[in-house]
Amino acid sequence: MLKSFNALLVRDLKLAARVGGSGVMGLIFFLMIVTLIPFALGPDLNLLARIGPAILWIAALLATLIGLDRLFQADQEDGSLDLLRLSQAPLEIVVLAKVIAYWLVTGLPLALAAPFLGFLVALSPEAMLAMVVTLLVGTPALTFIGAVGAALTSSLRRGGLILAILVLPFMIPTLIFGVSAANAALGGTIPFATPFLVLVALSLIAAVVGTVGAAAALRSGE
Amino acid sequence: MRLSVNNLACERGERRIFEGVSFTLLAGEALVITGRNGAGKSSLLDILAGRLHPAGGAILLDDAGERTLQECLHYVGHRDALKAALTAEENLTFARDFLGHPALKPREALEAVGLAHAARLPVAYLSAGQRRRVALARLLVAHRPLWLLDEPTSALDTASQETLRLILERHRESGGMIAASTHSPLFLKDAKEIRIERTPNRPPSAGEGAEHSEAGEGQSSTEHGPSPGPAGHPLPHRGEGKRGEG
Repeated sequence: MLKSFNALLVRDLKLAARVGGSGVMGLIFFLMIVTLIPFALGPDLNLLARIGPAILWIAALLATLIGLDRLFQADQEDGSLDLLRLSQAPLEIVVLAKVIAYWLVTGLPLALAAPFLGFLVALSPEAMLAMVVTLLVGTPALTFIGAVGAALTSSLRRGGLILAILVLPFMIPTLIFGVSAANAALGGTIPFATPFLVLVALSLIAAVVGTVGAAAALRSGE
Repeated sequence: MRLSVNNLACERGERRIFEGVSFTLLAGEALVITGRNGAGKSSLLDILAGRLHPAGGAILLDDAGERTLQECLHYVGHRDALKAALTAEENLTFARDFLGHPALKPREALEAVGLAHAARLPVAYLSAGQRRRVALARLLVAHRPLWLLDEPTSALDTASQETLRLILERHRESGGMIAASTHSPLFLKDAKEIRIERTPNRPPSAGEGAEHSEAGEGQSSTEHGPSPGPAGHPLPHRGEGKRGEG
């Protein structure tokens, strides 16, 4: 079972690194959004610093979403999904390997790139650190929630938009607690740990519900 | 090991495709599935592979130990299930590690289908026939007793068809089972043949239970003796986005 998991994880990481892989794309998209917003708002550094965490979080959410529709669709189209069904490991393990690979090539780089993009929205050093930590802990929740939508829309030709409409409402709690944890680190009435621990809990819940949900969606699909 | 299929029925989009399909397959036996376009040859294999739910009937696999039917089979369908960005060897290495019960090394399997020279090429650069051969090489990298092949000879040249026949015969000699849908003769020794015929179009009557099958009328499969029979054409394409149970 572990061997199947590893094989799939390695395969998906390789695919992301090859031509047409989604790895770099999400990161560039993230950079684009974060760059656009200061242009739209104007050079008010105080305003930017105040809404900076929110900007980064929304950008991270959209960047996670952008390649998500291909998560299962690519395997569905070339028949690989049929091969994945023949595993000795349950479908949940297959889903888990694919989602973790996806997070490693999108969510993780987003979190690590956050300090550099923080400069564009005039974040203070403490806020940059808070952004890295909250994104590191929060983006898995986004990916796992998105995986359910990706599994549900894997057989649709233009599933991307439906996917976004389906999963965005479920990402709101993660967004709320992610941004409030980042803001709490900058000082405020609530301690950092309160929203941060809720964020951790959301990621853990999403990991279980998302894996089981996506596997169920793949099973029931016809 | 023994695969028995009893009174299987298939429905796609509220329409009955076939019903009353029964056969048994013992170790070392091969089954050739023939039928016209749209008769349900691919659907039958899809049901066996667990990609589709049957509308009725039962599939039983005896003496498989703790392995489920899906863990005992290889499925090579119309789509080759290869990743175009990975090389032929990487594709096979993945299949070998992922499916478990490793057999031949990827290099050896590629040699067996005459593609050793293409091992390091991305699959995107291979021709349709070469891709099909890489997909068939997957049969050799992991031990699985039951091989389900959907039009295995499509896109293959004559020499490759002969290679495939030898591979299939060797698999049978070692106690394997094969079920293949085809429109061109596979020339397998003493292969059973089953002809699928489409049930006349009518909506499934209300309350038709899973086990129900109308005896006589609508009986759609007949088992013939060993005769490879060319019949009709392959199903041109599968329903887009079709997915079965995992």
